[in-house]
Amino acid sequence: MIRGLTGLSDEIVQNIFLYIAVISVSILVLITFLMIYFTFRYHRRRNPHPEDIHGNLWLEILWTVIPTLLVLSMFYYGWTGFHALKKVPEGALKVKITARTWSWLFEYENGLKETELTIPIEKPIHLQLTSQDVIHSFYVPAFRVKQDAVPGMTTSLWFRARDLGTYDVLCAEYCGQQHAYMLTKVRVLSEEEFYRWYEEKGKELQMKKPVGVPLGERLFQEKGCMACHSVDGTPRVGPTLKGLFGKTIVVMTEGKERQLKVDEDYLRKSLLEPNADVVKGFPPIMPSQKGVSTEEDITELVRYMKELK
Amino acid sequence: MPSFYEENGRFRGFWAWIFSTDHKRIGLLYLLSILSFYAIGVLLGFLIRLELIAPGPTIMRPQTYNALFTLHGVIMIFLFVIPGIPAIFGNFFLPIQIGARDVAFPKLNLLSWWIYMGGAALAILSLFTGGGPIDTGWTFYVPYSLRTPVNVPLAVLGVFVLGFSSILTGINMVTTTHQLRAPGMTWFRLPLFVWGIYATAWIQILVTPVVGITLLLTLMERLVGVGIFDPAKGGDPLLYQHLFWIYSHPAVYIMILPAMGIISEILPVFARRTIFGYKAIAFSSLAIAIVGSFVWGHHMFVSGQSDVASVVFSLLTFLVAVPSGVKVFNWVSTLYKGSIEVAPPLLFALTFIFLFAIGGLTGLFQGALATDVHLHDTYWVVGHFHYVIFGGTGFAIFGALHYWFPKMFGRMYHRKIPYIAWGLLFVGFNTLYFPMLLLGWQGMPRRYFDYLPQFHSLQFLSTIGSWILIGGLILMFGNLVHCLFKGEKAESNPWGGATLEWQIPSPPPRENFDEIPLVSKGPYEYR
Ligand code: HEC
Ligand code: HEM
Ligand SMILES: [Cu+2]
Ligand SMILES: [Cu+2]
Repeated sequence: MIRGLTGLSDEIVQNIFLYIAVISVSILVLITFLMIYFTFRYHRRRNPHPEDIHGNLWLEILWTVIPTLLVLSMFYYGWTGFHALKKVPEGALKVKITARTWSWLFEYENGLKETELTIPIEKPIHLQLTSQDVIHSFYVPAFRVKQDAVPGMTTSLWFRARDLGTYDVLCAEYCGQQHAYMLTKVRVLSEEEFYRWYEEKGKELQMKKPVGVPLGERLFQEKGCMACHSVDGTPRVGPTLKGLFGKTIVVMTEGKERQLKVDEDYLRKSLLEPNADVVKGFPPIMPSQKGVSTEEDITELVRYMKELK
Repeated sequence: MPSFYEENGRFRGFWAWIFSTDHKRIGLLYLLSILSFYAIGVLLGFLIRLELIAPGPTIMRPQTYNALFTLHGVIMIFLFVIPGIPAIFGNFFLPIQIGARDVAFPKLNLLSWWIYMGGAALAILSLFTGGGPIDTGWTFYVPYSLRTPVNVPLAVLGVFVLGFSSILTGINMVTTTHQLRAPGMTWFRLPLFVWGIYATAWIQILVTPVVGITLLLTLMERLVGVGIFDPAKGGDPLLYQHLFWIYSHPAVYIMILPAMGIISEILPVFARRTIFGYKAIAFSSLAIAIVGSFVWGHHMFVSGQSDVASVVFSLLTFLVAVPSGVKVFNWVSTLYKGSIEVAPPLLFALTFIFLFAIGGLTGLFQGALATDVHLHDTYWVVGHFHYVIFGGTGFAIFGALHYWFPKMFGRMYHRKIPYIAWGLLFVGFNTLYFPMLLLGWQGMPRRYFDYLPQFHSLQFLSTIGSWILIGGLILMFGNLVHCLFKGEKAESNPWGGATLEWQIPSPPPRENFDEIPLVSKGPYEYR
């Protein structure tokens, strides 16, 4: 068995990588060396009289069989590694991931929802992924793991962190304009620190009144609105929501331009049927909250937006 | 005897070209159109690289970038490298190499060029109409391609139409090879280029309809709302990926098999000895074509497809590596005890072997399940496929141009300049693409408008490489174009080739042969 199938995904991948690399580089060097050597040795100046050799059955067999064995060994190691990457150990910490254009949401078993992934060191983490809209892919290069998040489907992935620290999470499946900015972090804490954090957050959640951050703002983060909207006046992919309520804006309704004054109904409709009235100068790409958010959340979001002066 | 340039047939001037049914003229029509698209593709590649020279927005906005890499990919794949060798060199040389006066269906042949131009025109039109240039990547993955507001339908229709051109060319090549071989041209006396085109033609006929249907279904879903792929309508996005790769993986062999054929032509001529392992090379083409049709799932190891499927696809993928290796070993052995002249075509052929070997070997890392989980959709893949299709097929096309130039145009190019151009191409290519492999291993995803600071130095290096490479391209094509008009007259057989195209005048007469030749020896018997 190949060394290092320790359950650490980065080591598994690295060992198999090195195994294939050693063989590949040897083959490349061999081929290149022979090619250059023959070209010099049998250059027309040195060897004006070529010899016709039509082939050699033993050589053909040799260079069919040996490479076949080599690639089968690569296949086998790749497979064992894959098996280790796929087989979730008992007692793993479960986290649900929802991907959507262009942000990540992590949901813990106690209902806690976060936009960064915080995990305890050494403990296996079992991620279950899905997507709200198009396909995304959850990728942590430091752990060398990746899994697509597909709408209408749950996929899964697990890994274990060996070192404390913060690691980049990137989206690896092209998902539109801001694909390159669909980033977040994995924070690895010591077990003790993690559970302190986890329980504190859990308590806030039960009190329904998070300390510090008001509920509307929290939802705005959680639903990924900030991937496209600012609340400070700078336009992003979508218009800024600052001072929107009460403003007169120009929208395209069924291809026709019209003016309207932003009221509560309009805000609500923007969330549920975003493509009904499209703000002029912006692409019709806002995802709908229909079937995604509860009625209460929508009401809370609308209230939040009304207050963005 | 007047050459095919002088015999116009019914029309005059320009019309005598675009309505010609002569396989050589059609080959040249393709040459001009395909290389023009290639030039555009390279320009787009240059702009992509320029944007990536530094982190943060440099010369464009994200939406522009996404449109650029999509167009770059669509042009390079569907307009350059898939039609490339069969339509240009297959058209021009396959009939001559088997001792025929034309292809089996000359009018169909002309039609396929028209369809090619029609498909390209639709794709171009899509840039300026509807919601603007597509931003889906050349793979058109659903559900993104169903939802993005840009002009997906017209672009997809363009690619759909291009498929017909590919199928018609395939039918022509298969039929021609079966029906029009000169007396004495047995299957095992066929030049290996013909074998390459023949195997490719079967793939074109058999798998192109699959992508056609897939694209039609995508259109139906987008325009009419039938729920096939979009889970929101009860469809399955993985079904799309399966259907797409059932075509697009074998399409990789449509790109590479004819290139391998070219290499098998060039090596023996410049080594002045027979090819090593003729049958091994011929049969490995067929093996690649057959096994290669069952490996598409290796593009989907992290897509959510079942693990069992992934394991089977991984195994088959590794098996298909073997026949490619067999070819490389036979090529290298063809140099053994030869009498080698390192003329420009051979230099490109040897470079093909080196770059293709890197491309193939980097593919092993992606075929292995565990490593692919990390490497999938990163710059590793971008590096890998440029090594295979640009380092492979691209360099084979450069080799073919330098090999057959005197035959096609009746003139010889400047013999020193290709060496300088080669130096630039070789250094530029590796500076451009090798850093991509490292970037991928470090975790840089592909199709990224912007990147994290740790990737900067390699990205910068890669951009410098693109400038050197493009310098080489300009020098190489500049030389060829200049000598098209100003080059010395070429002899009929400047390289001492033994295949039939070298036994007729340069450029060939309208019907190639005065009298259909009687073939009595193999293609690589020089004595
Ligand atoms: C993928 C990007 C994206 C996300 C995520 C997104 N939006 Fe939008 N949103 C847009 C775009 C683009 C527009 C303008 C075009 C339109 O009206 O559809 C818009 C328009 C709006 C408008 C109307 C603005 C105006 O000026 O009239 C509101 C209100 C709004 N979004 C609220 C939200 C809220 C709340 C969320 C989170 C639940 C959210 N959006 C998530 C892209 C997004
Ligand atoms: C000067 C030459 C070239 C340069 C500088 C170049 C550069 C690039 C770069 C940087 C990317 C990655 C873009 C991204 O993922 O964000 C890319 C993608 C691609 N290139 Fe090239 N390339 C060149 C030539 C070619 C050639 C000759 C081919 C094919 C024969 C080709 C085919 C492709 C394809 C298919 C993609 C994928 C597009 C996608 O992701 O949808 N390129 N190229
Ligand atoms: Cu993405
Ligand atoms: Cu493939």
